[in-house]
Amino acid sequence: MLSWIFLTASVFAVLFALVAVAHRSPIINVLSLVMMFFCMAVVFALIGMDFLAAVQIIVYSGAVLVLFLFVIMLLNLKKAEGLGKGGRPLQFALGAIAAIAAGTGLVVAASRLDSTFGASLPGSEAGTAFPIGEALVGSHLFAFEFISFLLVAAIIGAIYLSRREA
Amino acid sequence: MWADLAVIGIKLAVVLGVLLTTVPIMVWVERRGSALIQDRLGPNRVGPMGLFQPVVDAVKLMTKENLIPENVDRFLYLLAPIIALIVALSTFIAVPFGFDSGLELFGQKIHGFIVAPDLNIGVLYIFAIASLAVYSIVLAGWSSNNKYSLYGGIRASAQSISYELAMTVSVVGVLMAAGSLQLQNVVTAQSGTWLGFLPRWGILVQPLGAITFIIAAFAETNRLPFDLPEAEAELVAGYHTEYSSMKFAAFFMSEYIHMVTSSALITIFFFGGWQLPWITLPGGWPGALLSIGIFGAKVAFFLWFFVWIRWTLPRFRFDQLMALGWKVMIPVAILNFLWVGVAMALHWI
Repeated sequence: MLSWIFLTASVFAVLFALVAVAHRSPIINVLSLVMMFFCMAVVFALIGMDFLAAVQIIVYSGAVLVLFLFVIMLLNLKKAEGLGKGGRPLQFALGAIAAIAAGTGLVVAASRLDSTFGASLPGSEAGTAFPIGEALVGSHLFAFEFISFLLVAAIIGAIYLSRREA
Repeated sequence: MWADLAVIGIKLAVVLGVLLTTVPIMVWVERRGSALIQDRLGPNRVGPMGLFQPVVDAVKLMTKENLIPENVDRFLYLLAPIIALIVALSTFIAVPFGFDSGLELFGQKIHGFIVAPDLNIGVLYIFAIASLAVYSIVLAGWSSNNKYSLYGGIRASAQSISYELAMTVSVVGVLMAAGSLQLQNVVTAQSGTWLGFLPRWGILVQPLGAITFIIAAFAETNRLPFDLPEAEAELVAGYHTEYSSMKFAAFFMSEYIHMVTSSALITIFFFGGWQLPWITLPGGWPGALLSIGIFGAKVAFFLWFFVWIRWTLPRFRFDQLMALGWKVMIPVAILNFLWVGVAMALHWI
């Protein structure tokens, strides 16, 4: 049961990731990325990482990709031209063969997965906010603070670069 | 197994039923309330005090022509109202709306009437789902192929990101005081008294957090004074300009359902949830029903508060909105976060 949910979520994650790269409309790209993050959240929740699943949706789907959409709409990007439409039959055929091979490989892998799946999952406590919070402000405090410092530097750099013209 | 499913089914049916019934009632309250505030009569022809007006409105919306304009992106245009309703309806399953001391139904524990009681990330789940609400607005604005809709969508995306930050930071203090992400623990952490006589409610212990959360809740539900995505004075009807009949109704309903969820969250985070100050509720079913009544009364007050504010304050300008969000709300929310940390370290709260 668990492995089938995992398999469905992963297959859809791969499919949505492909659409996110291949589709010609930027809005559809962003939306498939959102769906991809949802599938990833399902996988996280499945291995007991509830906190990561929620954070995945809050940070990526709820904030980062909204910013992407904001930029796409602000620039009013239209569909990419001259890509993917007809032509290039060889590339298309090779891509289809590769996709089918990868799909078959996934199914075969999943059929072997069934007996052992879930055997080495961490306990239910591991996925809550407590161990992650303890790790962040405990053993990894320096790295955590250092990253926040780097991010501030990056923000200042971005503001400086965008303001230089004015 | 079956009793389990039955209990979950009953909870879901009750939650959905209450949410969807609140919408027409709130439409009536909104119209009559605005009339009261503006010294008008309001709708008073259909039924006693115009009470059946929402029914007539619903029939009108359902029987209207299902219009899809030319040159819209059909897939996204139809997807947007669906996302709006799904997101609005699914946030409520982590909300506890009553107290129980181990009551059972069909041999199953009812766990304080929450649909999903074992969700150990309760608050995060709600924020995760609620943060997706903006997609419906942005997609509606973009797919309509109309410049006013597009402006509405762009405004919605910028506004939502800005106020989500302030909203989540202002809740961190509450979660720290409760030591849990589960909403039922947030409520029980507000029982008892503080400094000897004050109820230990969030609004008294951390007023700054309460104020920022309430303001951010107005912005996240796109209600006046923050309804810039639809701003009818500038953008016709903003993101839903091109929507009619039930597709418009989906946006309309989702706004009111978001209001119910926001009111419930304000009640839970800062107003003690189902508790009354200085009074311990009796156990068993009487206590449980009483707690639901108290919670409902508090939520009803905040729903009225939403209407009250809408018809009292004018709309912000967009630059004022952004300045308020980034230069005032977020620093104040962080200040609240610091206050709770210091107060907890010194055992003041």
